[in-house]
Amino acid sequence: MKNMGEMLLSKEGGSEIVIGNTAIVRAMLESGVRVATSYPGSPTPEIASAIASIPADRNPMYFEFSVNEKVATEVAFGASVNGHLSCVFFKSVGLNVAADTFVQLSLMELIGGMVIVLGDDPGANSSQNEQDNRHYARLSYTPLLEPATPGEAYRMFKEAAKLSKEMRMPVILRLSTHVCHAKEKVHFDPMYSIRPDNTPMFDVKNGPYIPITTEALNMKRRTLEKYEKLREMVEKFSFDTLIDNSNPERGVVTMGAPYLSLMDVLEEVSHKPDILKLGIINPLPEKILIDFLSSHREVWILEELDDVIEREVKALAYDTGLSTKIIGKIDIDDWIGEYAPDKVKRVLSKTWPDMVHIEESVETGTLKPRPAQMCPGCGHRSAFFAIKQALKVTDITVADIGCHTLGYLEPYNVGQVLLCMGHSCGTAAGLSMFNDSRRVVAFLGDSTFFHAGMPAIVNAIFNKHNFTLIIMENGTTAMTGHQDHPAVGRNFNDITLKIPLRKVLEGFGVENIREVDAYNQAKLRKYVEEALEEEGFKVIIAKHPCMLKFTRELRRSGKRLPNPVRVSKRCNLRFVCVSEFACPSYQIAEGGRVWVQEDLCIGDQSCVQTCPSNAIERVPSDSGNGGKSDV
Amino acid sequence: MSKFDVYLSGVGGQGIGLLSETLARAVDYSGQRVIGADTHGLAQRGGMVSSHLRIGDTVHSVLIMKHSADLVISLERHEALRGLENYLKNGGTLVYYDAVWQPLDVRLRRSKEIENEDVLKEASKRGARVFRVFKEDLIDSRMQNVVIIGELAKESLIPGVSREHYVKALRDLLSGRTLERNLEVFQITAG
Repeated sequence: MKNMGEMLLSKEGGSEIVIGNTAIVRAMLESGVRVATSYPGSPTPEIASAIASIPADRNPMYFEFSVNEKVATEVAFGASVNGHLSCVFFKSVGLNVAADTFVQLSLMELIGGMVIVLGDDPGANSSQNEQDNRHYARLSYTPLLEPATPGEAYRMFKEAAKLSKEMRMPVILRLSTHVCHAKEKVHFDPMYSIRPDNTPMFDVKNGPYIPITTEALNMKRRTLEKYEKLREMVEKFSFDTLIDNSNPERGVVTMGAPYLSLMDVLEEVSHKPDILKLGIINPLPEKILIDFLSSHREVWILEELDDVIEREVKALAYDTGLSTKIIGKIDIDDWIGEYAPDKVKRVLSKTWPDMVHIEESVETGTLKPRPAQMCPGCGHRSAFFAIKQALKVTDITVADIGCHTLGYLEPYNVGQVLLCMGHSCGTAAGLSMFNDSRRVVAFLGDSTFFHAGMPAIVNAIFNKHNFTLIIMENGTTAMTGHQDHPAVGRNFNDITLKIPLRKVLEGFGVENIREVDAYNQAKLRKYVEEALEEEGFKVIIAKHPCMLKFTRELRRSGKRLPNPVRVSKRCNLRFVCVSEFACPSYQIAEGGRVWVQEDLCIGDQSCVQTCPSNAIERVPSDSGNGGKSDV
Repeated sequence: MSKFDVYLSGVGGQGIGLLSETLARAVDYSGQRVIGADTHGLAQRGGMVSSHLRIGDTVHSVLIMKHSADLVISLERHEALRGLENYLKNGGTLVYYDAVWQPLDVRLRRSKEIENEDVLKEASKRGARVFRVFKEDLIDSRMQNVVIIGELAKESLIPGVSREHYVKALRDLLSGRTLERNLEVFQITAG
């Protein structure tokens, strides 16, 4: 594949190795999606990267990164009730942000259709929890399809789009991290061009669209009637797969990625159970399930995270008077973590111990985990190093979500409590109540400022709260792959108005604002010390551009990075650079000296000021061995 | 051969993504079925990153089970040991580029840097073959992954995948001057 954009637009279709996220974009184009929206969050941002690969002048879709998931959902909703097929995608916890809007969608007649792509994160690989979003489908009477592979994600998206248009209701396509990021060869159908219709189709006659007073109940009735119809329809869908191993004793009901794990585990099993793999999870195909239950003595419900299907199947068996033994989750462990093959093998060994054998704890590594860390040159590191010096041990630091969350790790240990995007100012306000002795400092990133940070800032002004907010401004949405945000002056498609944080804060009425480059550690430290002694709501903006983005752009434009730094003879082994500043470029050599790993150092020099012996210097241009020079 | 599992690891920023994508495409060009996944969680620069590649008609999940990889490839010495301990099957093969990005614990002087001897010792305990790769005169550390690909080609470490398949895969993914430079390094190391 030379060009992803051309592959996505190809008239002929064909086969290509792609990840699930990319496969979905091909399905969007084939289905005729006109409006797609999102807020970046792992595991879904590569959907937008694939969209970005389509040449703008040939892309039939409008796409935007909205300021948060709620707004993204509303934009997609608005497009749908105006007749356009739309799609919104975001990560698992993004649905919490969008929930207020989301739960209303099924009440509405979505004449254009709308597909909601969720990237759930079993194992909490890159999320603050591993919530099971299947609950939301039930809560809102929304159909939910769950693919196991990129190929299935592609095909199911197209079915979801069709179903959504036909039923005029939202349809969820629930992926999980290793379906989004799984790669395999996917066969794409030919693309039939769909003539775009730009007639605004919005008409209250399609509604009502105002769910107030008795209308709310009428609308709910209409939704439930649709849902009843759907219950019958799902029996005829081709989403479910039956694997008949001629085993009348044992059957397994499963779905999604855990199904694949089970298939791996069963490779070594001679007497395999029958398997019913579900494709539609809400509503469940009851007749198919009853058939499966009644033809087995024991049925194991193999599902990742919560016991959503287990409860429904048990209720179904009770209502139908079936005596099949239904085995679900056995202990707390079964509720936790991703159902990768190793996990499924463990769970299976508890369910049917005769089927697989688990070797007693095979000896595993002695190495400590290597967690993510801030990049060399990161402005956040410089900021945390300075801020830490201004803090007392009794001060309370409130983290928020973004790269700067990593400040909680040692050796900085700045950030002691975290809920979710934009929580910091609300939580800090609460922590400041009845509290004269422990000063409270909240942190917030710049993309999160716009996403969910602003209401609690307004609240702090409105209700006269007493804490210090440090905004860690790096000019991008760094952690999810450098998406632009409203203070940047550029959106996904175009140059746009810049909305500077300081101006927004001033507009809100914040009077106590300090702004400083995060590399200026002395000044930042002084600002924090001052602000902490003042009453009321104080803001410090510690800014420095994301250096990962900066160095990538520099290299892309063919320029060289500045020379790295090195440790000179003046070093008298105080180890501040390695132990306190802790830039990963500083490493310990044999014999305990300190050296600079040149592959890592970007020559930013934010470390120079941290050395008490003035021993950090730039490698002169004519020197070849640079940071590797011995001291 | 029913299946062949390749576990790749390194530190965020070393180019595991390109390495894994190249291998997947090379395997595909060899006519074998391949599936896989990069697992990168929160890792940007500096965190542990891994990638799974599974070859054959009888593999299902994209994730390899512990202690069952036929081949472990690592771009960093500490991660090589971790991959060996956690993923390599007894009697498997380890290939690693001998770069060192010290983990925090080593930099905080609480644990010792892993030495090549430590890797060898663990490998012999598990009956594993080891290929240590290092190219003294490499002009750009971002091409360490291509040195690894060269080694895989030279030693025929992925069954059925030949030099031509790797070159075709690289041509798919890179272009212009970058492609030329990488092919040059590949040719030299593949011998």
